[in-house]
Amino acid sequence: MEVLKTYKIYIGGSFPRTESGRYYPLLDAKGNTIANVSLSSRKDVRNAVVAARKAFGGWSEKTAFNRGQILYRMAEILEGRKLQFLEELKKQGSSKEKAAREVQAAIDCLVYYAGWADKFQQISSTVNPVSSSHFNFSALEPMGVIGIIAAQETSLIGVVKFIASAICGGNTAVVVASEELPLCAVTLAEVIHSSDVPGGVVNILTGKLSELAPALASHMDINALVKESLGGLDKPIALACIENLKRNITYQPGTEHGLQNITDLQEVKTTWHPIEHIGGASSSY
Amino acid sequence: MKKSYNPTLIHANSRVDKVGVEERVARFQTRSIKNEAKKQGLLMVLNMIDLTTLEGKDTPGKVQQMCYKAQHLHDVYPGLPTVAAVCVYPSMVSVARKALGNSPVKVASVSTAFPSGQSTREIKISDTKYAVEQGADEIDMVISRGQFLAGEYGFVFDEIAAIKEACGKARLKVILETGELCTLDNVRIASDIAIHAGADFIKTSTGKIQPAATMQVTYTMLMAIKDYYDQTGKMIGMKPAGGISTAKLALHNLVMVKEILGNQWLSNDWFRFGASSLANDVLMQLMKTESGLYQSPDYFSID
Amino acid sequence: MAKKNPTQMQTDWTYAPAPESTSHIRLEKKYQLFINNEWVEPSSKKYFPSINPATEETLAEIAWANEADVDRAVKSARKAYKEVWSKMSGIERGKYIFRIARMMQERAREFAVIESLDCGKPIRESRDVDVPLACNHFFYYAGWADKLEYAFPHKIPEALGVAGQIIPWNFPLLMAAWKIAPALAAGNTVVLKPAETTSLTALKLAEIIKDSGLPAGVVNIVTGFGDTGAAIVNHHDVDKIAFTGSTHVGKIIQRAVVGTHKKTTLELGGKSANIILDDAPIDQAVEGIINGIFFNQGHVCCAGSRLFVQENVADLVIKKLKSRMESLYVGDPLDKNTDIGAINSKEQLDTINKYIKIGKAEGAEIYQSECSIPSRGYFCKPTIFTGVSQSHVIAQEEIFGPVLTIQTFRTIDEVIQKANNTPYGLAAGVWTDKGSRIFNLTTKLRAGVVWANTYNKFDPVSPFGGYKESGFGREGGLHGLSAYLK
Repeated sequence: MEVLKTYKIYIGGSFPRTESGRYYPLLDAKGNTIANVSLSSRKDVRNAVVAARKAFGGWSEKTAFNRGQILYRMAEILEGRKLQFLEELKKQGSSKEKAAREVQAAIDCLVYYAGWADKFQQISSTVNPVSSSHFNFSALEPMGVIGIIAAQETSLIGVVKFIASAICGGNTAVVVASEELPLCAVTLAEVIHSSDVPGGVVNILTGKLSELAPALASHMDINALVKESLGGLDKPIALACIENLKRNITYQPGTEHGLQNITDLQEVKTTWHPIEHIGGASSSY
Repeated sequence: MKKSYNPTLIHANSRVDKVGVEERVARFQTRSIKNEAKKQGLLMVLNMIDLTTLEGKDTPGKVQQMCYKAQHLHDVYPGLPTVAAVCVYPSMVSVARKALGNSPVKVASVSTAFPSGQSTREIKISDTKYAVEQGADEIDMVISRGQFLAGEYGFVFDEIAAIKEACGKARLKVILETGELCTLDNVRIASDIAIHAGADFIKTSTGKIQPAATMQVTYTMLMAIKDYYDQTGKMIGMKPAGGISTAKLALHNLVMVKEILGNQWLSNDWFRFGASSLANDVLMQLMKTESGLYQSPDYFSID
Repeated sequence: MAKKNPTQMQTDWTYAPAPESTSHIRLEKKYQLFINNEWVEPSSKKYFPSINPATEETLAEIAWANEADVDRAVKSARKAYKEVWSKMSGIERGKYIFRIARMMQERAREFAVIESLDCGKPIRESRDVDVPLACNHFFYYAGWADKLEYAFPHKIPEALGVAGQIIPWNFPLLMAAWKIAPALAAGNTVVLKPAETTSLTALKLAEIIKDSGLPAGVVNIVTGFGDTGAAIVNHHDVDKIAFTGSTHVGKIIQRAVVGTHKKTTLELGGKSANIILDDAPIDQAVEGIINGIFFNQGHVCCAGSRLFVQENVADLVIKKLKSRMESLYVGDPLDKNTDIGAINSKEQLDTINKYIKIGKAEGAEIYQSECSIPSRGYFCKPTIFTGVSQSHVIAQEEIFGPVLTIQTFRTIDEVIQKANNTPYGLAAGVWTDKGSRIFNLTTKLRAGVVWANTYNKFDPVSPFGGYKESGFGREGGLHGLSAYLK
């Protein structure tokens, strides 16, 4: 007798059921129920954003090196749970080979961004030689709370790449899993939970895109929204983002991910400070 | 009550950002002084000059000539004021005193082992007393920069207070020799020490060290005077000395005094220029505004 | 020979008027649209006056472009992009931009005088800040034109096409430079619309562009009101909209481009915090406050309009601030001694006065310097409010005038929280002598530009732009290029 898994959502480091008490059944190709999945509500989005905002200060102030280590830890844990993800991917319709490729890609993705954590800043920052006696530099800072809508056609890599690129740069995230393929996102939450990622840094919801995407887009305390193009949903989402001038970052499906995914979620901050020249011939004083 | 060095009073506002000071000073320099304002300003400058000779080779004859010039800056131009004072070594005070007679021009004497100040307090006090006895109206002392830079602020304070006492009725100008103080923060601290120890005037430089009276330094000292005035209601005078040789720079200094301290400081009771060649440049500018012709130095006496 | 007693010298010294000469400037009575390197009549046949806000006199009549005119301008820009500009080598493009920079430098004084006439800003600022910075901006980006592949790792630089650019009235020429220079360097062509109250320097720039021999259609300048701007935003063949102005209009623009291929850069409003800690160099901090809020009559999106002073130095700072305000000269923008010129328009003066009224009604204590202001023209005395709290309207909304709100704070955590407690995030100032404290604050303040122990500094190499509702994208520096590249 197999013990079935209850797929719950992940908010602030805990695994609650949706506050709405609703669920939707996930069916396999033959129409058999694979799992009952939480049908998260706008209130779950709200709770997740509160948790993400609360976690932002601590996470963004961790050293880049430390964030890199934690991302690498996620890769280690994911590697250890490979079989579970393979099973889930197959349950959701993947072939064995495709599932293996996707899990390997997810692990590599985490290792990849683990390495970026303390390097992207060096590549993207500048010291600006202003024409006055000031030291001036531009460096990147995380935008804050990022709304992530997972790439819908995959269950694992489509959520891992957005989470990794967001938190690698010090952001926290509220993630909506693929509506049709939600299982790996929930299991990923368990990986995250056991990887030294502080509670609230990543929050993962499952449910209907048509309900959750607008809730993310219109939330006034989310700083940016990341997704792949969702066709007809793109326009209402873009309009909702304008309310607080949320950065709306939409990639075409199939776009290679990389450095840009990190820097798209960073603000450029420019800092000025006077330089006092003391003594010697160069001094006018 | 005997005054003593009080660090909390003196270091209350001693942080100075030099780049910010440079920006502020640049703003004064963009003020455009035209027509009547220029003429009035130039006349005020003349009236604020301490005509100075501080050379080892000074002779009674040279001092006498300078005293005449102090009262007759350029007689072809009617209505010119006199300068404020002549500034000489103690040994020349009696010569100057005699040459000036009843003139409103004051006699200022440097003292305290000017310019280095490298002597004992006893000698500095007797140097000062001698100058006053010889008829000096004003004493220009130097602070002990060595002790100041060594952080012995109490020593510096006490020395100024002692000289002030030795001055009697003579007004005391305290020379900070800012060119040796290294930072504007130090200029500010030295200003506060001098003011609290009893200076009637604070003065930038001896004229023997470069840089001397830069506008940044004068600005910093004026702010110390302003803060003291705001706290106590007591006015302290200011004397930039050394390096101000053009009418334009002198007017910029007046602009700075006016905008920081107000018009009430615009008299030679409260503001002086220590300079030797400034007067002739101002005279040339005045003649130019009067005649419309650019002038030649050959038409202005050098004394 | 009269000998005056030294003590009898007159001491009430006031500066005589020192107006900058206007004899060397050339202004037409009527300005047409600049399309395809030609001066063309607007198809609307309509013109509107550009007013000198210091005298309320009309300086010139300006053409009012309608949709058809904008279409003409976009077509000209598209043609220039396809046939000339996109095919030209980077070094050649750069040479044109260098040449424009040089020609602007040659005519710098004329630009400064016209800017002050049209805009109301003091000649000291237009001469020493606006115009040199505008020239330098062209000079800086000119050198990028043949080096774009070095700008961003792993990106093949590619121009966007036609950029529609809409600029505000507070720094008319400088904003034109901020927009045009990087766009051209990156290989785009341009349709630019100046603000309706301040078109003149952009049109003078058009003269230089024509004289420079820049290929026809690369830069087009269409003047007009909001409807002209809307025509640019809504034009189907524009690839990029760059806008500087209010957050309100920025959101309208962003809504208009949703669902199109157009990229946007928005440089919007602000309510920036200027924070004075008790160990600051106080006198320089006071200068920073003055420069932060009274520079350009406070018509600065990054103005330090919310002052936070640590409570143990608050009395001292406010006393010094008031005293310093008394040495500000308000009046004729063309007078070289004027510190604060005219408010740009009657409309803006009304807005500022409305907020001053609100501030009083909210119970904040007002202080205005005792200066006299001219009876004609639009002027506003430097104004500060004390006893302000975060919930006051005057502490929340952008006033865009010489009006400062002052709050005190006790702890650093408190001031960080209050400074960030705003939908805006454009700029911030921090004043303290302690390095570690500076970095704590500059890191935690959610703003695109942070000035530590200085304020309102600008430079072509320094990226500028905001967090949150202050907009997105950066202008200036290397980062400013990305707004004009795919």
